[in-house]
Amino acid sequence: MKLLLNLLKTPMFVIGTTIFFGTVLVALFAPMMYHVDIIARVGMPYMPPGKEHLLGTNHLGVDMMSLLIKGLGSSLYVGFLAGMIATVTGTLLGIYGGFKGGWQDDFITLITNLFLVIPTFVVLILISSSLKEGRSLALIAGIIGATAWTWSARAVRAQSASIKSRDHIALARVNGEGTLKIVVKQILPYLFSYVFMVFIMQTASGILSEACISMIGLGPYDTVSLGTILNEAMRNEALGDGAWWAFIPPMILITIIVFALNFINTSMEGVFNPRLRK
Amino acid sequence: MLKRYPTVRYIVTRGGWYFLTFLVAVTLNFFLPRMGKSNPIDIIMAKVGGGLDTKAAQAKEEAYLKEFGLVELDAQKNIRRSADGKPVRTPVWKQFRNYVGMCLRGDLGTSFLNYPKKVVDIIKQAIPWTIALQLPTIIFGWIIGNVLGALAAYRRGIFDGVFFPLALLANAMPFFAFGMLLMYLFAIIWPIFPAVGGYAGNLVPTLSWTFLSSMAYHYILPFFSIFLILAGGQAIGMRSMCIYELGTDYVKYAKWLGVRENKILMYMFRNAMLPQLTGLALSIGQMIGGALITEMIFSYPGLGMALLTAIQGNDYPVIQGCTLLVTVSVLCANFIVDILIGFLDPRVKAGIAGGGK
Repeated sequence: MKLLLNLLKTPMFVIGTTIFFGTVLVALFAPMMYHVDIIARVGMPYMPPGKEHLLGTNHLGVDMMSLLIKGLGSSLYVGFLAGMIATVTGTLLGIYGGFKGGWQDDFITLITNLFLVIPTFVVLILISSSLKEGRSLALIAGIIGATAWTWSARAVRAQSASIKSRDHIALARVNGEGTLKIVVKQILPYLFSYVFMVFIMQTASGILSEACISMIGLGPYDTVSLGTILNEAMRNEALGDGAWWAFIPPMILITIIVFALNFINTSMEGVFNPRLRK
Repeated sequence: MLKRYPTVRYIVTRGGWYFLTFLVAVTLNFFLPRMGKSNPIDIIMAKVGGGLDTKAAQAKEEAYLKEFGLVELDAQKNIRRSADGKPVRTPVWKQFRNYVGMCLRGDLGTSFLNYPKKVVDIIKQAIPWTIALQLPTIIFGWIIGNVLGALAAYRRGIFDGVFFPLALLANAMPFFAFGMLLMYLFAIIWPIFPAVGGYAGNLVPTLSWTFLSSMAYHYILPFFSIFLILAGGQAIGMRSMCIYELGTDYVKYAKWLGVRENKILMYMFRNAMLPQLTGLALSIGQMIGGALITEMIFSYPGLGMALLTAIQGNDYPVIQGCTLLVTVSVLCANFIVDILIGFLDPRVKAGIAGGGK
């Protein structure tokens, strides 16, 4: 509770959360207030922003505002799901390895380090290019999560290994508490803030990863995301035609979401790590 | 023998570990593209088989099957057939064995899209461009980012106040978005730089002055798109490392002693540098990936463009070749950084000498 109060006193945290939840609210409620149609060609190709279409149209004449609202939702969804998968997998493996020690720990560390060095970008390309059909948004989130768990595992392992040797864990052991109980009651509370920060970072990098693979044409087939909007704009000469409304708004959206998440993360670091305060 | 030369042993163990990683990467590189059900031969046949009659098409298909090692061959290099005349397919494990053998020999197969061009030749054309663009950008971006980060942490004040949010913003942008933005601003709205390509379209690559200057001219925008984002990211990491160092006893003590600021900054820099070097090892893969997409944006004739063309045309051998090459260069870069850390970090050094690790 005290931590939360401290956080709310940090301007960075307040700004970050406000921006982030602002985008989430827009993604959730804008479709109710604005008629979102991402298929109908309602105007001429690359119509500039005007009264009828607030943000103009894309190369097919589809309303950009609709695309952006839909794309924002998809990107947040991918980031959230990928972040969830990566954090949960990484945390479980990390706690298990760090707390258990022995060969299990060595094995998990070996696998983690192996996959940490193999560039995720490469694995993403290999998997997504092999799945030509049926590359849904959820599947893409799954692929991103499956390639991103490594560094959360490593970070959480280091933390839980250091907590393990603290006195209160030994006391709990002497008290006869079981391993599971110790992990849940004595280790997780210490790790919680840390894991939460990992989750925020993983969400941010999930959104960026989605934008990257969509940009190289391996994005979702079933919907639009901020990444696919950018890819379409790039492929259809939006830059050369000077149609800034086709690529600047999605760019800004991605940047402010990730920016807000980074802001939240940095401010939490400041609160949880007193040394950074000044 | 190795016991007497701890440094050599350290290098050999790390090398062995990276070789293991390489094998895992090759395995992934082979099996991941085969997860989807698409058969490469069907893809090429769909493209070339259009105008052919059944017999010619069949002959062509068999030639491809042979070329890509998908069927068993007998001693005379003819396709082995089962009783009903159908070619015998090579089992996947055998294909994998052949693939690993080929990789180790430096043969990456044949391109589907530019058949019968070898993948190695396609990559050979692209790789100098990528190295010329990425190596200097990553090295300069890393160094300058770290210096700026340390300065921001130490000086604080306005420098930090303006610079840090900007770096955070740069860090939040996707690599390629910044490239698109620079292209739009400086090649389209205010056309002082060329938008696409690695050199002017009417030139042929030679070592002439006109060609080299055109190359340099086309180099500027992609360079800055990668460089600025990278430096921003590094600066953020370095800043928090240095703020951490500022709170340590040795810095306080040095301040009390009245040691000159520049000297303290040097001490701090050296100590904060090591984690940053480790960070470099971990993020180098991501950097190369991001820079490849920037190449695609600028239609820079490097590996990124080769990869993009291959992805668009389902050219699996080229995709696999590019990804393998990227993986190998990332592994090599990591290996070099690891060795550097071994020499620079007194703790690792002590561990090596003491035979601890």
